[in-house]
Amino acid sequence: MMWGWFGAVVNESVSGLYSEQMDRSFRWGMIWFIFSEVMFFAAFFGALFYARVFSVPWLGGADPATSVHIWDTVVLSWPTAGPGFLDLEFEPMGAWALPTINTLILLTSGVTLTIAHHALKENHRGKLIWGLAATVALGFIFLGLQMYEYVHAYQDLNLRMDTGIYGSTFFMLTGFHGFHVLVGAVTLLVILARCIKGHFTPENHFGFEAAAWYWHFVDVVWLILFVFVYIL
Amino acid sequence: MTAATHDEHHAGPPSSFLDRWLFTTNHKDIGTLYLLFALLMFFVGGAMAMVIRAELFQPGMQLVDPYFFNQMTTMHALVMIFGAVMPAFVGLANWMIPIQIGAPDMALPRMNNWSFWILPFAFAIMLATFLMPGGALAGGWTMYPPLMLQHGMAFPFAIFAIHLLGISSIMGAINVVATILNMRAPGMTLMKMPLFVWTWLITAYLIIAVMPVLAGAITMLLTDQYFGTSFFSAAGGGDPVMYQHIFWFFGHPEVYIMILPAFGIVSAIIPTFARKPLFGYSSMVYAVASIAFLSFIVWAHHMFTVGMPLAGELFFMYATMLIAVPTGVKVFNWIATMWRGAMTFETPMLFAIGFVILFTIGGLSGIMLAIAPADYQYHDTYFVVAHFHYVLVTGAVFSLFAAAYYWLPKWTGHMYDERLGKWHFWLSVITVNVLFFPQHFLGLAGMPRRIPDYAVQFTEFNMISSIGGFAFGLSQLIFVWVVIKCIRGGEKATDQVWEGARGLEWTLSSPPPYHSFTTPPKIESSAGLEGSPR
Amino acid sequence: MKVTKRLGARLGLGLGLLLAAGPAAASWGMNLTRGVTSLSQSVYDLHMLVLWICVVIGTVVFGLILWSVIHHRKSRGVTAAQFHHSTAVEIAWTVVPMLILIAMAIPATRVLVAMHDTGDADVTIKVTGYQWMWEYEYIDEDIQFFSRLDRESDRVRQLRSGLDPREVENYLLNVDKPLVVPVNQKIRFLLTANDVIHSFWVPDLGWKRDAIPGFINEAWAEIQEPGIYRGQCAELCGRDHAFMPIVVIAKSQEDYEAWIAEQRAEANGVPEVAAEEAPVEEAVAADMDMDDLMQRGEDVYGAQCAACHQADGRGNPPMFPTLAGSDFVVGPAEDVIDIVLNGQGAMPPLGGVLDDADVASVVTYIRNAFGNETGDVVQPADVQAAR
Ligand code: HEA
Ligand code: HEA
Ligand code: HEC
Ligand code: CUA
Ligand SMILES: [Cu+2]
Repeated sequence: MMWGWFGAVVNESVSGLYSEQMDRSFRWGMIWFIFSEVMFFAAFFGALFYARVFSVPWLGGADPATSVHIWDTVVLSWPTAGPGFLDLEFEPMGAWALPTINTLILLTSGVTLTIAHHALKENHRGKLIWGLAATVALGFIFLGLQMYEYVHAYQDLNLRMDTGIYGSTFFMLTGFHGFHVLVGAVTLLVILARCIKGHFTPENHFGFEAAAWYWHFVDVVWLILFVFVYIL
Repeated sequence: MTAATHDEHHAGPPSSFLDRWLFTTNHKDIGTLYLLFALLMFFVGGAMAMVIRAELFQPGMQLVDPYFFNQMTTMHALVMIFGAVMPAFVGLANWMIPIQIGAPDMALPRMNNWSFWILPFAFAIMLATFLMPGGALAGGWTMYPPLMLQHGMAFPFAIFAIHLLGISSIMGAINVVATILNMRAPGMTLMKMPLFVWTWLITAYLIIAVMPVLAGAITMLLTDQYFGTSFFSAAGGGDPVMYQHIFWFFGHPEVYIMILPAFGIVSAIIPTFARKPLFGYSSMVYAVASIAFLSFIVWAHHMFTVGMPLAGELFFMYATMLIAVPTGVKVFNWIATMWRGAMTFETPMLFAIGFVILFTIGGLSGIMLAIAPADYQYHDTYFVVAHFHYVLVTGAVFSLFAAAYYWLPKWTGHMYDERLGKWHFWLSVITVNVLFFPQHFLGLAGMPRRIPDYAVQFTEFNMISSIGGFAFGLSQLIFVWVVIKCIRGGEKATDQVWEGARGLEWTLSSPPPYHSFTTPPKIESSAGLEGSPR
Repeated sequence: MKVTKRLGARLGLGLGLLLAAGPAAASWGMNLTRGVTSLSQSVYDLHMLVLWICVVIGTVVFGLILWSVIHHRKSRGVTAAQFHHSTAVEIAWTVVPMLILIAMAIPATRVLVAMHDTGDADVTIKVTGYQWMWEYEYIDEDIQFFSRLDRESDRVRQLRSGLDPREVENYLLNVDKPLVVPVNQKIRFLLTANDVIHSFWVPDLGWKRDAIPGFINEAWAEIQEPGIYRGQCAELCGRDHAFMPIVVIAKSQEDYEAWIAEQRAEANGVPEVAAEEAPVEEAVAADMDMDDLMQRGEDVYGAQCAACHQADGRGNPPMFPTLAGSDFVVGPAEDVIDIVLNGQGAMPPLGGVLDDADVASVVTYIRNAFGNETGDVVQPADVQAAR
């Protein structure tokens, strides 16, 4: 049924059935969908801030009663695996090698996507397909590097999901982001296929734009993540 | 314009049962499905409440194991909130918003179908957890860790079900936003929309903003349990209280999600039966918007006793108290609407007036709870239980009854049985107070909530409350009877239905055609079609 | 519509009238306690202030509605006015509530600030919540013990026990070993928990505070009158949340000191359990036979273990392991004794609650019940050796 309906929407769109109003409805729908995704990430960023600003300092001395009577006055500083795992040796993920490359990759993919969009508006089909393909490729390269980083974390840094609050926030934030990159890249891939089949016109290409919005949203999340998870 | 429903060019509903109900994209059909589903869930959740009240009838453990009692409390709340009240409001939105703003249908009709059909599926999973080893969730609807992590099989399944419910609500809300922003008939400016539409627009934003946060919170529970993360464990540098912050960032707006549409309904009904325009239309809109805004910055009033720093407690106390101001504006506006009107008291009006009075009682006890040092005493007692049942049962649920009586003639084309409706109201309003008013006393006298057994000095009020509960429950059967009777037949309703009714929905026939407003109606400012009658 | 009127009047004034009817209703208990600390009294005053403000607001609001319902009804032949706004009154009903709120916020702030002042305490007591009992540690006194629901309430509260709670004194509000504190001294409570969140609440002290695993919350009380004050856990903490009461006995300074001395003597000389289980007279090391052990073990199991491991030993996996057919349970007896005495993970240490004979019995019981058939017995002496 779902496939049928997605198919129906695509067909209706291609055959130019959609009024401007319908187009606007799709736009509003997409915008607020993305907003709901923003709030989903907000919950995890909230957890990160809470841990760094409140719980870790409290456990590590800022709340004397807690630190003296329960945790034998340990001193904690970020990054930490928590007062219960003091003998757990791990290294935090550095910001400057892979993650920086990844940042550049995502930023570039944003640019290629914009190039593709302009091309679509000017009806340069070749440039459109080239730009879009580059974007998808960059997306998958990003994912590949991210996987490599995870392997590195597990094997060399002893940094795992169960490495206390640092590991928890690190993997959940980057993991959910990675998942969204995957979804975005696959969507763009479908859009690419449709472009190759000749879908979309300079005036009417909401499917393209929706995927592009999503991609930019994923980009922005990464930037915030890069700052708060890796750098700070 | 008609593209939205373009796969149904024919005028009437599809003839096959499956096509009509399972694959429907018609806002009226989907609205009906939502409403019937909500009614069913109200009875399921109510049956659980009856188990609670029966066990609490007297001290000592007579009927159920304490653990099963906790399952009842937890599931009662989840079913009532996510299964009864929210879907009922979404059902009303589906039915009424398009015909109140002169749109042919919801903006995204196919998504609308999914939003509904996810629900029965999710609740099937949720209720099936009763049969799993270890039984259903028993940690309270707030699902606090670490207790939440002590469940058996029910844990992952219930979380999955809640994720689905969240997705369904978000899709429903996106649809409402898109419909209201984009599908209004020409001339229907924002400030001409009926208040029900306004309140739903704002509610939809609340849903879109907070349901994902709930999803985040329960996802963290899941990973804490199965992937060894430490969000809510001090040993790993997390904090069980962190969950509470995230949960209540969702949870407090959630309770307003359950009351704002009620404000909209009451703002439609009171002017109709007072035969007088709504007083202070624009301040009503601003009040709803401020309540929604404030709802994001008061969450920790549910957590005064967790040991926050003083500054935090003060902030949340002040912010919470502030909500009384916009809410007061609404209450006073309703009174001013009634003032010097020419009122009649058909069942919808009775429920609306009951709402204003009893909701205010709940609101005032809310203000008492907001006083942080006093909440140190009230917190987690039956005083809180009394508070939220006043705002939820005599608030949200009463408004739903009011709405049902108000619009049933429009939906079915038949008048409901007024005599039975009055019986329903009077029995409900009396028994509900017998049910919940004594719980204030219980709480103040020191009875904690979420307990299956209590010290003997609480016996009398518990007995009174339980008797009120059974009577209230039985009274609801009248409602079902009224609805069935009304669907099956009865006096033919006019288009206008109510003498004082104003607004686009009353210009349609009763029942409205399967596809209404396929050509948008013309809204002229002088036509008096906007929600508040001029 | 006369009913509307009566109803409104009852709702608006009901609370006030009922409270005013005071003494008559007092035996039912329907208002907040005044309590016995300075804090609880300021909370009570604050509560009454806010309550009366709310009653007055309610009366005004419901009065207006009633008036309107009575006088502005169509059946009286009125015609509806058509006014629909008035900036003046709208400003009034925004500003007046603001002022009322400020009037409530000022005293509330004062009380809240006082509550947070936990400095300069005379006595510090660390309170730890367990599923389902409390542990008290007197920080400077080297005194530590557990406190849980008294045996009689515990028997009566079992599902379909058929016993009448009304015949138990302080049903569900009594413990085996109460907390003892001095009067007129500032007592600082350090609250935490071992497993899940609990909440320490004695209404007469004027507050409740959550006990959160891994963190310490602070609160204080200065009790003004000697007496026995009862409360209970106020945060849902699992199956037996309703059954973890708190009893605080406030004693004069001399009596308190005497009590402290007694506790110290016990801790040093006599095994502490002997005092708790005074009626059980057997010499610690006396051997018991299988039947006695099994019988007593069944009682102890029902009272202490069944909450988690269930009466038939099937537990509630994955949280509470099944004892029936468990290799661990029928394995070396020392390990089983050890887990009962000292706990493990979410399983509470029960060595402080059970005496040697209890432990011996219950261990024998679980090793020979629910289809487990080791056939061997564990004697109190074995337990004492393991302590
Ligand atoms: C529809 C749902 C709903 C609504 C509308 C409200 C409305 C309010 N609630 Fe309630 N609340 C709940 C549902 C709701 N609540 C639930 C479900 C819980 C428990 C959750 C759980 O723990 O399980 C809860 C718990 C709860 C607590 C936590 C208690 C505790 O656990 O210790 C607090 C504390 O501040 C609170 C406060 C308020 C306030 C200040 C309002 C205000 O919005 C009320 C405002 C209204 C008025 C004040 C009346 C009208 C105004 C006037 C007539 C003007 C003049 C008035 C004054 C100047 C005072 N609520
Ligand atoms: C919208 C939400 C909503 C609604 C409508 C209700 C409706 C009712 N609630 Fe509920 N309740 C909550 C939300 C709601 N509640 C929440 C959020 C909690 C907190 C949970 C927690 O602590 O985690 C709670 C907790 C709660 C408690 C406290 C439990 C505890 O702390 O252990 C109690 C106890 O009296 C109670 C009672 C009732 C009753 C009697 C009704 C009645 O209004 C129900 C009436 C309806 C019916 C009875 C169904 C219809 C009739 C039949 C099925 C016919 C058969 C009838 C008979 C056999 C008599 N509720
Ligand atoms: C508060 C709940 C609770 C109570 C009360 C309790 N237990 Fe346990 N018990 C547990 C938990 C939880 C475990 C699992 C501990 C772990 O391995 O982390 C456990 C484990 C055990 C085990 C080990 C089982 C195995 O197969 O590994 C035995 C034996 C046991 N309990 C016996 C008892 C006895 C005897 C009593 C009463 C005297 C008792 N328990 C009371 C919670 C409880
Ligand atoms: Cu401990 Cu509730
Ligand atoms: Cu709230």
